[in-house]
Amino acid sequence: MLAYVIRRVFQSLIVLLVVGLVAFSMFTFVGDPIDNMLGQERTDADIARLRAQLGLDQPFPVQYLRFLENAIQGNFGVSYRQGRPVAEIIAERAPATLELAFVSGLFAITFGIGLGVFTALRRNGWAANTIMTLSLVGVSLPTFLIGIVLIYIFSVELNWLPSFGRGEVVDLGWWTTGFLTASGLKALILPSITLGLYQMTLIMRLVRTEMLEVLRQDYIRFARARGLKDRAVHFRHALKNTLVPVITVTGLQLGSIIAFAIITETVFQWPGVGLLFINAIQFVDIPVMAAYLMLISVMFVMINLIVDLLYFAIDPRLRVDRTAAKG
Amino acid sequence: MTDPVLSVRNLTVEIPTRRGVLRPVDGVSYDIAAGEILGVVGESGAGKSMTGNAVIGLLDPPARITGGEIHLLGERIDQLKGEALRKIRGKKIGMIFQDPLTSLNPLLKVGEQLTETILAHLPVSQSDAEARALAALEEVGIPAATQRLNSYPHEFSGGMRQRVVIALALCAEPSLVIADEPTTALDVSVQAQIIALLKRLCRERGTAVMLVTHDMGVIAEAADRVAVMYAGRLAELAPVQQVVQAPQHPYTDGLMGSTPLASLGQKRLRQIPGSMPRLTALPDGCAFHPRCQRATDRCRSNPGPTLAACNGRAACWHPLTDEDRAAREATA
Repeated sequence: MLAYVIRRVFQSLIVLLVVGLVAFSMFTFVGDPIDNMLGQERTDADIARLRAQLGLDQPFPVQYLRFLENAIQGNFGVSYRQGRPVAEIIAERAPATLELAFVSGLFAITFGIGLGVFTALRRNGWAANTIMTLSLVGVSLPTFLIGIVLIYIFSVELNWLPSFGRGEVVDLGWWTTGFLTASGLKALILPSITLGLYQMTLIMRLVRTEMLEVLRQDYIRFARARGLKDRAVHFRHALKNTLVPVITVTGLQLGSIIAFAIITETVFQWPGVGLLFINAIQFVDIPVMAAYLMLISVMFVMINLIVDLLYFAIDPRLRVDRTAAKG
Repeated sequence: MTDPVLSVRNLTVEIPTRRGVLRPVDGVSYDIAAGEILGVVGESGAGKSMTGNAVIGLLDPPARITGGEIHLLGERIDQLKGEALRKIRGKKIGMIFQDPLTSLNPLLKVGEQLTETILAHLPVSQSDAEARALAALEEVGIPAATQRLNSYPHEFSGGMRQRVVIALALCAEPSLVIADEPTTALDVSVQAQIIALLKRLCRERGTAVMLVTHDMGVIAEAADRVAVMYAGRLAELAPVQQVVQAPQHPYTDGLMGSTPLASLGQKRLRQIPGSMPRLTALPDGCAFHPRCQRATDRCRSNPGPTLAACNGRAACWHPLTDEDRAAREATA
């Protein structure tokens, strides 16, 4: 078990190194930052001085090692556009994105599993069929369209919820939260649904399929034959077995919630790292782009690690097989 | 004789399909007394398992009971639904499935599965239920039962798992146990142990057993009476000695002739020509007549033979007699 965890952590580190290489390559291959930083009226001397100042005159491997060294210390350099440390800018923006991702994830998992179980148990009911049909819409509509439609209905026509921004936030010093004010909570609703809807329908369809599969198993028949209550059969026996495969996909989906936040943040002008990234692309602000890439990959890797560990918590067969395989 | 534990009368199960209504179980009647083991034999698709599932109300839709009655301890149970049905499952009827590898939930400890079953049926506390679970495991001969309560199913061998399944089926002390091919998935060396265990537990408690199997060896070993099924109908119903040594229905005779039983001392195995008709294409009259050497015009016309219409033991117009068997022995 411990050996397995260590091996997974090691693999994660390799993934991060590779992503770091890609992120770093952007500096060299995506345009020349000097062009953007200095205006039209520049001299060759200016260029050379800035190049030396930023360390861009060093050979590629040296630059990469320096990049890694700095990145590990949380130093991603200075934003070309804002002239401030990237780490500071991201730390400022991260709470907005993380809160949005958290609420969307919660929404996706709660409703995904709930509706998935419901549609599996009431397989032929009209309500389940309606939900299944609607879920096709959820899977096929692009995120930005869902966002715009929601804004049109709930902000423009009904005027119930704000169409952009985070509302009032409370500054806790190291974290700004929208959870503590009414307007902050209201502002979270539409973006969270927009961001989580695709994941929710995906989880729901997956839970339904898995649940129907599990309900056909012999141990479910045996549980029924033993006279257990439907609730125990469905939730204690069936749902737990359903969750094993569902966790993998759900974990990956949570990662993509953070990554796809870019689109939702753009539609709702949500002041998170996604919006920061979009703006950074427009200005070829490579330090910000590289840091964002690293941040997202760290989150993906961490979520995957947690998912792998969750297997152990849920499926006892893995615990034994691993130790047995170790001898 | 006291009232039977289970009494099945003219049970008919139908499955509506696009090509017409199938009858996997057609007018089957039998009783099982307390402490008695009734063996139900037949080929795959003969309706053996379907009969067991119908009794415990676990038919997979669209299959459903369309005729007949099932009485358990004098109470009619074939029309029960929902909560009333749940209460008799496990409590009054225990069921053992074929494959112990798949009939236990892989994610729950054996002890948890036992206690939840006990708590579902008996008004006992959690700790009492755990004590009973321990006793149940010990009773089915699982060594170090205290530790094994905390084991997961995959930590048991196949035979041990089937013991756990038996403990689960019996833990609420049902009056009837339906064992659906309980040894088919097990190693031959373990089969006899499991059958002996099942037999002992049921004798001790006076539990009625419906032992569904296609293995005549198991039947000869365990059953008191035998019901032979063919194409959804009862072909023969008689005490095991008679069925094994002097079968009357030509199908039973064929079945015995094709079974290697040391006790019969036969030299060569015989085979029954042809195969069982599909339910979509049942012949008129006796379903066995296309494969039967004794078939006459009467066998080919409706209505076909039933136990009640014939001698009450074999559903056949021309049952084998002792002379028939003696004549065959002479020519062999």
